[in-house]
Amino acid sequence: MTSYHLDHLQYLETEAIHVMREVAAEFERPAILFSGGKDSICLLRLAEKAFRPSDIPMPLLNIDTGHHFPELNEFRDRRAAELRARLIVRKVEDAIAAGIAVPEPGEVSRNRLQIPTLLAAIEEFRFDCLIGGARRDEEKARAKERFFSFRDRFGQWDPKNQRPEIWNLYNTRVNPGEHMRAFPLSNWTELDVWEYIRRERLEVPSIYFSHTRRCVRRNGQWLPVTELMPPKPGEEVRELVVRVRTIGDIISTGMIESRADSVDDIIAEIAAARVTERGARADDRVSEAAMEDRKKAGYF
Amino acid sequence: MPHRPHPIEILRFNTCGSVDDGKSTLIGRLLYDSKSLMEDQLAALERSADLTGGGQINLANLTDGLRAEREQGITIDVAYRYFATPRRKFIVADTPGHVQYTRNMVTGASTANLSIVLVDARQGVTEQSRRHTYIAATLGIPHLVIAVNKMDLVNWDRERFLEIREAFEAFLPRLDAFKDVKFIPISALHGDNVVEPSPHTPWYEGPTLLRHLENVHIASDWNLTALRFPVQWVNRPNAPTDPHLHDFRGLSGQLAGGIVKTGQKVLILPSGLKTTVRQIWTYDGVLAEAFCPQSVTLLLEHDLDVSRGDMIVGTEHLPGMSSELRAKICWMHARPLRAGMKLFLKHTTRTVQAIVTRLENRVNIATFDPEPDPPELAMNDLGEVQIKTAKPVIFDAYTFNRLTGSFILIEQGTNATVAAGMLHPPSELVKPEYTDFAI
Repeated sequence: MTSYHLDHLQYLETEAIHVMREVAAEFERPAILFSGGKDSICLLRLAEKAFRPSDIPMPLLNIDTGHHFPELNEFRDRRAAELRARLIVRKVEDAIAAGIAVPEPGEVSRNRLQIPTLLAAIEEFRFDCLIGGARRDEEKARAKERFFSFRDRFGQWDPKNQRPEIWNLYNTRVNPGEHMRAFPLSNWTELDVWEYIRRERLEVPSIYFSHTRRCVRRNGQWLPVTELMPPKPGEEVRELVVRVRTIGDIISTGMIESRADSVDDIIAEIAAARVTERGARADDRVSEAAMEDRKKAGYF
Repeated sequence: MPHRPHPIEILRFNTCGSVDDGKSTLIGRLLYDSKSLMEDQLAALERSADLTGGGQINLANLTDGLRAEREQGITIDVAYRYFATPRRKFIVADTPGHVQYTRNMVTGASTANLSIVLVDARQGVTEQSRRHTYIAATLGIPHLVIAVNKMDLVNWDRERFLEIREAFEAFLPRLDAFKDVKFIPISALHGDNVVEPSPHTPWYEGPTLLRHLENVHIASDWNLTALRFPVQWVNRPNAPTDPHLHDFRGLSGQLAGGIVKTGQKVLILPSGLKTTVRQIWTYDGVLAEAFCPQSVTLLLEHDLDVSRGDMIVGTEHLPGMSSELRAKICWMHARPLRAGMKLFLKHTTRTVQAIVTRLENRVNIATFDPEPDPPELAMNDLGEVQIKTAKPVIFDAYTFNRLTGSFILIEQGTNATVAAGMLHPPSELVKPEYTDFAI
């Protein structure tokens, strides 16, 4: 007796494949944002499921802040090559040199400067839709995102003026200069992502697994010691067994103390976790409305 | 999956009620009591409690995400929340109760298996409760829960609960909807009958809200009767390295109804050409059969001209095909709808030009009665209309299949989504012998 029944991962998968195919069918110049992080790794597997045996009919795009973990960039380049996909990388430092992105005096973080760099890449390639790996469970402002999120000529999101999204009928129409962001993983949770990685046996960058790293304690977080971020006078450098739960820039990503060195361990750890994924990211904690402000400006 | 002998299902539900009925508090309570809240979320709650709540944690702050909402104290858009129990995963659409935001309720409810209508035990059934119940019925949501909230404020009075229940039961039959309806007395603020049974309601013998959400039968919510495969994307590898793929011409899409089997005879619409399914291709291997809502790629026996927007159907349970449509719509835009308006209509994977030729009626939400020949439909109005499309649409009644019976209307120029539509049954079905006449 066949059971015509999808479990939760199969349901989320078919929903996401449907979104990706809508993008391929309805846009002329789409791209997939691929950082090498766990969510975008899932996106690429979904792209394979949506489009094989054809080539993935859109390039991959990454905005390189220059503050990436080196393991992440190595993985990004290798994975794109394995999939025979075209990878476009645009660098924040090039955008700064070209005057497209202007740092404030003393501004160390590249987080804000990603925005003009991304918008310039959209203009350069005339992308009309970018597929991203954002999930609604990540943060309060994202809980209100649509699968297809409209951006005006300035790349901005207007949370009060979103298109209603009804059934699975996505209104993908944009005028020249406007674009769309599509989020196939909208309904996925952090746990779903890892369970999918396990089911699909997907490779992830090594920094997700526990390793030994020199860290300093800052603002209640363990931050990795690097050339970009040497210890301040008086700070104690500790050698810890850590991993990353979410990957931002190397200067702002909190490491969590963990011995999880397999996907099974990570799933067990998340299931028991008492802090959300974004709790480890200093950039979100600036204010309660931090994410909302960045999204309005064109952030992912 | 060695860790999970029983697959976990997803249940999608939405909450609706008037402003201050406690929707956000209820969701906060479900998250809180099912231990789905994390320490940093609690810490953020406590921070905002110090600032705005006079020291008391406000569960509604968990879901009222946008700054504007926090300032106004109301939910202005649809917010999605996720939580899980060992039995099910839940996707919650928190939809607003404010009268001018009906379009958001339609958005949140369109994908739901179940609706929770919140009623303030002190207020009883309001026009908003009737409206939300009516919209849930119109959207074909199979399961309904009436959560009678703030029972603590009426001293857990059983008579009051029964009175409200009777008031609903007086009009529910007229809606002719819902597979099941459940009434539950709760206090979202204090948690009674939400996750844990309440000591205050010994007279209530039913399940708590969460227990009901975990157990309500949703397996048959998809239509598995009639094969509907809207072609979404033609899958044709360019210069494939694998010689087996030289002639690969796949039709990719998500089943919108029924089951498809290898070797099955199918009809392609609108052309009417008949062929056989040669293979059901997926990245994970070839399947003997696939069912709604799986995403697959079909290979057909004959090399036919099939493209996005076409529909592959079985030779039984045929759909309607027409460029004259009748539907109930919810108008969602500030500019009202008038007869003669030209729009785009998106139905499954097909987008066509359309003219609304006639406004048949506007539904009076208070009485559910249709008021004939309205001059216009304003934002948040529901009404029945006639539509003429430039090309035929292959469709079912919305009551038969929510995916092939629904459409959206898009304003030309601004590209705003201006209406959600639910189709009436076709006046005639495609004939099985139908083939290739000029349309």
